This record gives sequence, structure tokens and C-alpha cells, in this order.
Amino acid sequence: MTTTDVKYVGSALDRVDGVEKVTGAARFAFEYRPRDLTYAAPVQATIARGEIKGMDAGAALKVPGVIAVIWHGNAPRLAPSDAAELSVLQSPRVAYRGQYVAVVVAETLEAAQEAAALLRPEYAEEGHDVELRADHPRLYRPEHVNPRFPADDERGDPDAALASSPVVVDAAYTTPAEHNNPMEPHAAVAEWDAGGLTVYDSTQQPSGLRGQLAPLFGMPPEQVRVIAPYVGGGFGAKGRAHPYVVLAALAAKQVGRPVKLAVTRREMFAVTGYRTPTIQRVRLGAEADGRLSAIVHDVWEQSSTLAEFAEQTAVATRMMYAAPHRRTTHRLVRLDVPTPSWMRAPGETPGMFALESAMDELAVACGLDPIELRARNEPATDPDAGLPFSSRNLLACLREGARRFGWADRDPRPGVRRRGGLLYGTGVASSTYPAYRAPAQATARAEPDGSYTVRIAAADIGTGAKTVLTQIAADALRAPVALVRVEIGDSALPQAPVAGGSMGTASWGTAVVRACEALTRELEESGGRVPPGGAEASAATAQEVKEQEKYARHAFGAQFAEVAVDAATGETRVTRLLGVFAAGRILNPKTARSQFVGGMTMGLSMALMEESVMDARFGDYLNHDLAQYHIAAHADVPDVRAYWVEEDDPHLNPMGSKGIGEIGIVGTAAAIANAVHHATGVRVRDLPIRLDRLVR
Amino acid sequence: MRPFSYARPADARSAVAMLGDGAVYLGGGTNLVDLMRLGVVEPGALVDVSRLADDVIEETPGGGLLVGAGVRNGDLAAHPLVRRRYPVLAEALLSGASGQLRNMATVGGNLLQRTRCSYFQDVTKPCNKREPGSGCPARTGDHRNLAILGHSESCVATHPSDMAVALVALGAQVRVEGPGGARAVPMPGLHRLPGDDPSRDTVLEPGDLITAVELPALPLAARSRYRKARDRASFSFAVLSVAAALEVDGGVVRDCRIALGAVAHVPWRAEAAEAALRGAPATEAAFARAADAELAAARPLPRNGFKVPLARNLLLRVLADLAEMP
Repeated sequence: MTTTDVKYVGSALDRVDGVEKVTGAARFAFEYRPRDLTYAAPVQATIARGEIKGMDAGAALKVPGVIAVIWHGNAPRLAPSDAAELSVLQSPRVAYRGQYVAVVVAETLEAAQEAAALLRPEYAEEGHDVELRADHPRLYRPEHVNPRFPADDERGDPDAALASSPVVVDAAYTTPAEHNNPMEPHAAVAEWDAGGLTVYDSTQQPSGLRGQLAPLFGMPPEQVRVIAPYVGGGFGAKGRAHPYVVLAALAAKQVGRPVKLAVTRREMFAVTGYRTPTIQRVRLGAEADGRLSAIVHDVWEQSSTLAEFAEQTAVATRMMYAAPHRRTTHRLVRLDVPTPSWMRAPGETPGMFALESAMDELAVACGLDPIELRARNEPATDPDAGLPFSSRNLLACLREGARRFGWADRDPRPGVRRRGGLLYGTGVASSTYPAYRAPAQATARAEPDGSYTVRIAAADIGTGAKTVLTQIAADALRAPVALVRVEIGDSALPQAPVAGGSMGTASWGTAVVRACEALTRELEESGGRVPPGGAEASAATAQEVKEQEKYARHAFGAQFAEVAVDAATGETRVTRLLGVFAAGRILNPKTARSQFVGGMTMGLSMALMEESVMDARFGDYLNHDLAQYHIAAHADVPDVRAYWVEEDDPHLNPMGSKGIGEIGIVGTAAAIANAVHHATGVRVRDLPIRLDRLVR
Repeated sequence: MRPFSYARPADARSAVAMLGDGAVYLGGGTNLVDLMRLGVVEPGALVDVSRLADDVIEETPGGGLLVGAGVRNGDLAAHPLVRRRYPVLAEALLSGASGQLRNMATVGGNLLQRTRCSYFQDVTKPCNKREPGSGCPARTGDHRNLAILGHSESCVATHPSDMAVALVALGAQVRVEGPGGARAVPMPGLHRLPGDDPSRDTVLEPGDLITAVELPALPLAARSRYRKARDRASFSFAVLSVAAALEVDGGVVRDCRIALGAVAHVPWRAEAAEAALRGAPATEAAFARAADAELAAARPLPRNGFKVPLARNLLLRVLADLAEMP
């Protein structure tokens, strides 16, 4: 047993799989080629609601190389399931435009695609409704919002408090539907053999996907294996099973050969989830000195008729600022639209855009600096749960950010800083994201050659998770990092929760530490020698997670933005973006900085560009490619910087860490919108802030 | 994608001879191949003209510049004579697409690229341009980026090229080899307004092949520029663009050339603005009158009215910049 006093956690270790990735040696889902491979081309509904009456497959079947045309009329039966979105090709019903209605399997991708274009589904079309409105007659209050928060919440008498407040902000904000666009689109290769189903998938949770697939095919989970060692980005889109992976498995079962199915970027806009559009109304009642007496945040959002996904848009508002009177509500309407899902900090991102814009409006109304306004409303304990915060360093982030950004001499007057044809302005907003932890399992093994292998079914979606787990394991084993190999991305490994909710590292890391500690103890008891067959220990953290002490655990941050708005054209560009975060112990500064900068970049993209445009007559998102759906690229992010304040929080997990994947995006859009107001005097409450909102 | 055949002719004449039924010319492929993947066009044969020996840039006897149709956009933008004599063209080219695309896209193909209207690009939706008689959902749908000038009941699409806007401002000539021989088509004049037949983008006939573009000798073009308003700093199509050249003498506009992009089915020569400016004082008030003269004809749609003040502001800005240039 080689031991070392070097501590790897906290060091900027290079990615352990960096070389594999940049040399192309790393294999992603689409790159697996089992023997006898076939290719699938799905067919998507061209109506938004109705029934399939027939499927003329004559021309498609004549295309050379076509093996099968599968639709609900001839598809293998799946087990009855509550997961209506995943019950692909089981019914003639069409619930949204773009839903899969058939799939062609062929010897080549080209043949499959040509045949798919020749398929002629016959539809009985019904009237559809795809428009989210705050006065929609079918709005209802969901039982819970994602993942299990109450939909509504009320303390005190907010209406009376608003009525008697000397200063009131009452404003409506909207955010559009937005689509995750990871570098690697979704793809799966499905293969059946005597043992069951193997799926190579681009997923954020091998264990969870196995658990979702197995019951659909009427099998115990052990008969499904999900392999995903490398994933080219996720942001939540790959956080749960989507219809394509079921379609691939079902097609492979039907043709008796492995099937490869790649979701094109166009298809993605209907079948892999998206951020719900929101309509939000925020009312803030305050004393003249800015002290809040009431916060009311009402949210309207949509889901599909197939599945209820109710985003937790106003939930962060419950714990962000102190106010004796508060109400937050969520109303949902089930429309004939694709099913929304997770997208980087679902809920917090659109919700904090509204809240933090309203706070800026309140600062203006009170004539207060926006940082001072936030300081005056800093709660002593979590206003929602009444619990103490495990740590809360929002003000430290705001003040450190102000120092680094150069906030001190800010002239608060809007629309007066002109250089050449450009109007300049600065803005600030707060961020928050919960520090979750979920049960996980891991094994740690001492090999006879002196190395260690740690196994856990985690997923590295580009965040550096495998690298950070290697650091965590090396420290727990007191071993040199070069001797530690971490295996992830396979449901055959010990069960692990999703790479999502900013809880991957905290959850997996706890299990890894416990497994490594158990192994170390075992080796110490046997005198430090590794037996010829190696030694192995395992850990499961369900009990530890359940028994953790009661604290409100959240990460906090502050974003500062400087914008330049072209006075002639209204074009807005972010010239500087700076974030400071308090997220517990930073385990790897290099991968952490990437996460923060990536999150802020995505927030900039949200603020200025991203919008999925629905055409109500057709019922689908029109701008379904990267030429039309704009995301920020290099020229749009000239200067994005991330810093952090060190937090020593003993109430989190053995590493002392909070999640960092999502908090970077949360306050960014509001900071930019606030900067646009400062630059121009125009308050834009509807994202994205494109030139048409500002040109006069 | 439908199966297709592929041929690479040795010269323009044999390319024209090869262009039978269902065949199309392939330039850099930066637009055509996309459209084939989307099923928007399904040619039976591709005649690859991207490697014909027409990638030359040379001075003409009259003092102009002859640009082969196969010249890559990136090379044209970087050419010293283009940068010096026609800065508006270099700027237009550099504002278009990405470096990778500019290195593939050809001058001939750029002129013939198709609209990026979302309905045109989606075969599951009606579009008069793609499928004559099927209707124009853009007119009452998502037309934020579409036409404010010269559109018709049948079509509100815009021409997407940046380069073409500069070429229209410069008064370039397009050389065409066709089944009936060679001829020259002036710009403007190559592209056509939609009228009741939006399926035709240009006046070219079947088999016509663009072989070169000729830039005239135009001293005033040394003071020219291209300014493009867009939704992000990175590659994106224009929400609106202005190409302009201005000659000022003693505080008076002697001559000018102006074209607008992303406002119509064609790169739009702003003749009314030019007429209002010639002989007028080079002042902001005169520039504003010129812009208003041009935009009096604008017929914005319900969701693109912002393009009228955008065009006005951008034109004013470009003219003011040119007037102040040393």
C-alpha cells in the first residue's frame, strides 16, 4: 500500500480523460458498432393533435436496404406504463407535433432516411391548443413542482402588506421556451441478446435509465445494461429517458439486430425536452428604506398532455430574502405541445430572472444601490423552512464581486453613459441553487499491483466528474492519483444518481469516500498488505443522506454585467461578465471555473438570444436548428470571469462541497437585463433582449 | 437524402451541356447540401462546378475587377485590391457566415443561396417558394426577420446574402454561360421580386451558370462600408444591413451608392435615397430625408415593424460615418 500526504482535492488536476477526448479515442454513444448493426430513421408527426388512421409503407419498403417499417400497427407491445411519453408506437394518438409515429430500420442510415421520407402516415387531425396564457381556462395547480415542492406557499398576509407598503413594484415578466443544445445530440445503440438489453446511450444517469427502461420491456433491471462512459454535454436534456432510446430498443427487438439511432438536432426540438416558457408576476412591497414587507411571485407555465412537468419557478423566491409576508404560486396548463423537461437550473433560472429584475426595479424605486438593497433584506435563517443555513455567503459574493468589478463609483442614473454610438450600463443580480445530495453506492478495490479501482455508475457529461472523483478517491485512500482509476458510465457499476441538480459530485463523492475509507480500514486490519486476489470494500450512503442534520443548504452567487447597447440599432453586447460564488469547498479550480464560466455563458445566451419560436397554427417550434436558434458563441463572450469565496461548511458532505453545475446560469440573465436598463433606461421584462426590444 | 448522381465537368461549356433534367450546379455546397439534407431540394444529379478554372481575381482593362464564380468568399474578402478599392465588399463578406463557411462558399453560390425563412426550410409546412400554390404561412406567422419592402401576398422571404448587397451597391455585372451562349446580367437585376411566382429567386434560366462577377471601376467605392445589424456578434444572418459609398465635395454629396440587405426578396438598391442625396448637403438632416424617401415604400408586417426605424437609424449611421471619413 502506497500512501501519500499530498492532498489532491482542491488542486487543479488536468482531466484524467483529456487526452482520450482530444485525440478522439473516447467513444461516444453513436460510435459503437456492434456486429450486424442496423440504422434507424424516425418519422415525426406533422399534426399537433389527432389520430393515425393508416401508414402507407409501400414506397418506403421498396427502398433497397430497408429492413422494417415499424409503427403502432405492428410494433412490439411495451408493458403498460405511467410514462406515456415513453410508450412509443403503442397507440394511434398524436399528442404533439414532432412526436414519433414510426421508425424505419435499414442496412444504412441513408436508406433509412430516404425510406422515412417516403412514409405516408394518414392522420385524422383534431383542433389543437399550444398557447400558454395566464388566463387559460384549463390552468390548474399541480400537486407538486419539480422535484417535490408544494406548488403554492403563503406566509402572513401579503395582500394587506402590499396595500400598506409605501413602495410597491408590480411587474410581469416572460421567458420563452428554450432548448438544450449540447454539443453531442442524443444518440443510442440498442442490442438484445440472451441476457437482455444493452443500450449505449448519451445519458446523464446510467442507473436511472436502466430503471426506466426495464419495466417498459417487462424485465427486471438486471437484464438491462446502460453504457455511457463519455457524454458530450447534457444540461438536463439527458437527465431522463426520452422516447428515442425506447424507440431504438423497441426497433432492435423487432428486427433482431442491433439498432443505432441518432437524434438529429432538428428532431431534438420536439422529443428531448425543453425549458417551459413562463409568464411571471412579481409584486414587492417595501418600506422607503428598501426593507421588504411582502413578496408575491405568481407563475404560469405549460406541460404536455402526456406528462406533467411542473417547473419550480418561484421556489427560490421562498428562501431568498427576508419578508414577513409572502406568497408564491405555480399554475400549469396541459397543452398539445412537446413535453418540457430539465434545462440547467430549471425553475431557479427563469424564476430568479423575474425576482432579481424586480429587485433591481425596487432599488431604482427606493433610490438605493442594488447591493445595499439586498443587504437590507438578508435573512437570518431560511425564510422558507425556518432552518439555519448551513452557510450563506451571498453578501460576501456581492461585495467581493463589487470590488473586482469596480462597482464603487457607479453612477446609478440610467441612459447617460455614451461612448461613440454605444450606451454603456452595468447591472448586478444574486444567484442561488440548492445543495442537494442523493443516495449512491460505490466500491473501492485495492489491486495486487498496488493500484486502486473505484467503481460507481456516475456520468461525466463534460463537467470533469471523473477527474474530481479521482481526486476525491486518491485523498480518501491517501494514494497517489496516478494509482487510482475511477470507472463510471455503466449501469453494471454500483448504483448512482443523476448527473443533475448540481448534486452529482456531492452524492457520488460521499459514496466514493465511504467506500475508500472502508477499504483503507480493511487493509489496515489486515496489516496493510493487499491479498493476492485484491481487496474490495463497498459503501451505500442512503442512511447517511437520510440522517443528515437539518440545515438549509444552498449555494449562492452574484453576477455583474456590463453591456454596450448600440444606440442606432439596439444591438446589445455583453462587454464584461463577472461572477463570484460561494459553493462550499471548490474541489478542482480548473473544472470548477469551466462550470461557472459555462453557466454564465449560457445565462448570457438566455438573456440575449435564446428563444424557441412556436407557431400556434402548426404547433411546433419553428427555429429548430443552430442557424436560427441562436446560442452564444465565442464572439459573444469576450470577457467572462468566475471567482469564488472559500467556504468551510461542515454540514454538507465529506468533501465540504456544494454543487456548481447550475448556479452560474441563475442570476446572469437578470444581471444583464438590469445592465440594459442602466445603459438605456429601458426595462426589458421579456426575454430574449434582442435589438427589436430596444430600437427606436 | 434521395440518391443522386455526381459529375465534375472540365469547363463551363461542358457544365452547361451536362445540366439536364433534375440536375443542379454544386458550388461550395454550404447551402445546397443543407437543403438536400432537409429534403427542400432533391436533385437527381449534381454538376460540381466548384473546381472549374474560374477562381481568378484580375483587373479588367476598364479599371474594374473580374472575380471568377469559383472564388471562395474568404479569398475575395482578403484580396488587397478588393480591400482597397471596394471596402464595402470586403466588409460584407467578412460579416457573413463563419470563417469555415467563407472558406468553402463560392461567389457564384453565394449569389444563388436560398432564403432562410423557416417555412421554406421545413418541408412539413406550406411555402409558395418551395411548393407553388401551397401558401405563405410566414405572412401571418413568424416573419420577424422577413421583408418590409417589395413583398407580395405570395411571399415575404428575404435574400440572405451579405455579399450580394455590396455587389448591388457597386453595380456589379454577373457573367452567365447558358445554353444559348454567354451574356451579362447587371446587378440589381439578377434577383427578382416575388410577385406571384416566388419559386424563382433570379432571372436565370434553366442551365444558366454564373461564371464570374465583374466589378466596375468606381472611384467613390474607396469610401464605402457595410454595416450589418444582427442578433449576436457571432455568425448570423442580417436582421438588416446597409451597403453604402459616398463622395462628398465641399460639403455636398456628389455621388452615392446605397443598398439595403434583409429587407426584401432581393438585395435592395436604395435608388430613392440616392436620388435624394445627390447634390444635397452632407448633413444629418439630408441623410434623414434620404432614408425617409427610401422607407416611404416600406410595408412592414405585424411583427417586423421595428425594421423600419432600424433601417433608418443604420442608414443614417453609415452615411454619417462615411461623411466623416478622412
